[in-house]
Amino acid sequence: METKSGGNLEAVLRAGHFAITGELGPPRGANVEAVHKKAAYLKDKVDAVNITDNQTAVVRMSSWATSLLVIQDGLEPNYQMVCRDRNRLAMQADILGAYAHGIRNMLCLSGDHQKFGDHPHSKGVFDIDSIQLIAMVRRMRDEGKFLSGEDIDTPPRIFIGAAANPFAEPFEWRITRLAKKVAAGADFIQTQCIYNMEKFRRWIHLANEEGLTEKVFILAGVTPFKSLGMAKYMKNSVPGMDVPDHLIKRLQGAKGKKGAIAAEGIKIACEQIQEFREMKGVAGVHLMAIEWEHKVPQIVEQAGLLPRPRVDGGNGGAPAAGE
Amino acid sequence: MIIAHRKPLEEIVEMLGQLNPVLVLGCGGCTSICLAGGQREAEQLAADLREDYGNRGGQLEVNTYTIERQCNADFFADIDRLAGDYQAIVSTACGAGVQFVAERYPRLPVLPALNTDFVGFDKDVGWYEENCRTCGDCVLGETGGICPVTRCAKSLFNGPCGGTRADGTCEVDPDIPCAWFEIHKRLREQGRLELITRVRPAREWQNQIRRTVIQEPYRERYGK
Ligand code: SF4
Repeated sequence: METKSGGNLEAVLRAGHFAITGELGPPRGANVEAVHKKAAYLKDKVDAVNITDNQTAVVRMSSWATSLLVIQDGLEPNYQMVCRDRNRLAMQADILGAYAHGIRNMLCLSGDHQKFGDHPHSKGVFDIDSIQLIAMVRRMRDEGKFLSGEDIDTPPRIFIGAAANPFAEPFEWRITRLAKKVAAGADFIQTQCIYNMEKFRRWIHLANEEGLTEKVFILAGVTPFKSLGMAKYMKNSVPGMDVPDHLIKRLQGAKGKKGAIAAEGIKIACEQIQEFREMKGVAGVHLMAIEWEHKVPQIVEQAGLLPRPRVDGGNGGAPAAGE
Repeated sequence: MIIAHRKPLEEIVEMLGQLNPVLVLGCGGCTSICLAGGQREAEQLAADLREDYGNRGGQLEVNTYTIERQCNADFFADIDRLAGDYQAIVSTACGAGVQFVAERYPRLPVLPALNTDFVGFDKDVGWYEENCRTCGDCVLGETGGICPVTRCAKSLFNGPCGGTRADGTCEVDPDIPCAWFEIHKRLREQGRLELITRVRPAREWQNQIRRTVIQEPYRERYGK
């Protein structure tokens, strides 16, 4: 199959399979074993795994370095890059290096503001924004040129991802913003965690109407609730997150036996995944089991997403051959 | 206008060290208007310094003088005569004014009394808000007169990010309106949303190297 990147995620999506991506947060230190341990839970359970980039503006092992570690484990990384920590020189250099080492997917993000993290008074770079980053990667890949217009000797072939939050205000602008990301060159979209299904339905309906879902693969964001506290925190303290009351009630109702709330959280996630599978315009799910990687095999199994497809032209999640 | 506020007294005292006598030089320009460094504030600073030294059993000889502006040579005739009588000048001008004074009297320590904050406007009496980062390539014509470089916490050009709160405030602070929420609202009301639907390319930053502006009619005079 003809793909832009030669990666597994792209091959799975282009073959029309319902894709699933996971997420792995790098350690706060050089703990290689911690990475391999998390990766083992995800192996053969997801088509690619997002490696977060100093998420919530807290220093961690760098995203590209952790990506290389998971490649050793036979997982395909989705290398996340935020605009907060590096300028256009560093970004382009890292993209070349990442590709040279077998990274085939990237997720281009603005990044959480440094104010939220462990170095709140660092200087935020924001040399370019996430949409400009998408456009830059596309230019590098398709035109073989740096942002400056100079030629690249062996352009990086990257499957370009972007994020979308269907729930942040202003709602009507969110589709326009999606359209801008598609126009800039996004190949796939991973959404913010979805809890308000009705609002998401409205969003995907608009995306279908605008013809956007024909141009870009949309992976719906799913984060299972581990506890009632987490659900309440998501509802009240995370900007841009929309958690309806009925879900909180449902979790409250599950109180009782040990582990009942977590089981209910997983059940809710699996029901959502079922709905997404039937939803026009949704090409897969992005499962963000935050610090809950060991539950991923169970969730993916319970959601009926196993075994993962092997696609000709993709690499079945194995490291991409160097070229 | 340039907005500034006074440094903590201890910091000014620390900078002064043994320097004595001292001239507190007030500025009648922006820092006077924002109630940080005009005649009144210069005199207040001098009084605070005297009191502080007195409390510690010392004595600081300190006078004040306020000129119309500290960023233009035309206003310095009096100070040229006075400066030699002092061991230091404490300037209550903005950072530009302090540097102008320091350049004029290179042998004298010239110390800043203020922290210069931003280019902004008066929201109300004694209430100022930042509105311009002097980026040198103004986009206000396409963003409904609201500056994304200054007022968006991530200086996004194709915003908004995913963090805008339900009430239209910025993810970093519930008291700060999201610039892109506001830009969208204003352009929608003007029926000009098409201005922000196209992808705005990466910008060429102009404010990374010290800039000089010479007006066209003066180029010959300066040989530029
Ligand atoms: S919430 Fe709005 S102002 Fe704040 S960083 Fe995001 S786009 Fe910028």
